[in-house]
Amino acid sequence: MAKGSTLTRAHLAEAVYHDVGLSRKSSSQLVEQMLEEVCKALINGETVKLSSFGNFAVRSKKQRMGRNPKTGEEVPIDPRKVLVFRASHVLKDRINGDD
Amino acid sequence: MTKSELIQRLSTANPHLHNQDLERVVNTVLEEIAEALTRGERVELRGFGAFSVRERDARLGRNPRTGEKVKVPAKRTPFFKMGKELKERLNDK
Repeated sequence: MAKGSTLTRAHLAEAVYHDVGLSRKSSSQLVEQMLEEVCKALINGETVKLSSFGNFAVRSKKQRMGRNPKTGEEVPIDPRKVLVFRASHVLKDRINGDD
Repeated sequence: MTKSELIQRLSTANPHLHNQDLERVVNTVLEEIAEALTRGERVELRGFGAFSVRERDARLGRNPRTGEKVKVPAKRTPFFKMGKELKERLNDK
């Protein structure tokens, strides 16, 4: 695949179909279920730790005052939850070709 | 939740499948994402989020213990941006 292209669910399902040998239908369902289990865990407030890949954690942000950059008007930014992904050293090293 | 807990949860939802196969599913998905990022590609998973690679310029850092200046080489770092749907679900909208 050329640089600059994008990998999607379909590619992941295809890889599972090839590597694991389950049906195409099961493969795509399992990719979906895997992502959904990760989402559910995060919504539940759990940290998701995938060894040699990275960790996903939810952080709570407090309310703060922001500004509408167009009008200059001050607007409160509601407290919200954000997701942070910390790549493992294994993944970082691979991306930099250090392995 | 760890990787083995993830496999366990998938196993509960799919009692007809072998744990060994579910383990391979999880590893294949993570491996495909890692390989794509290594090739410099993006991975876009609607409803979940997108992984991409960001370039960091070389910079002059400092050893916090000795105060000594050190050259930090340019590097590439994986980046994840949460998808809209997950953002809304996290903030129960």
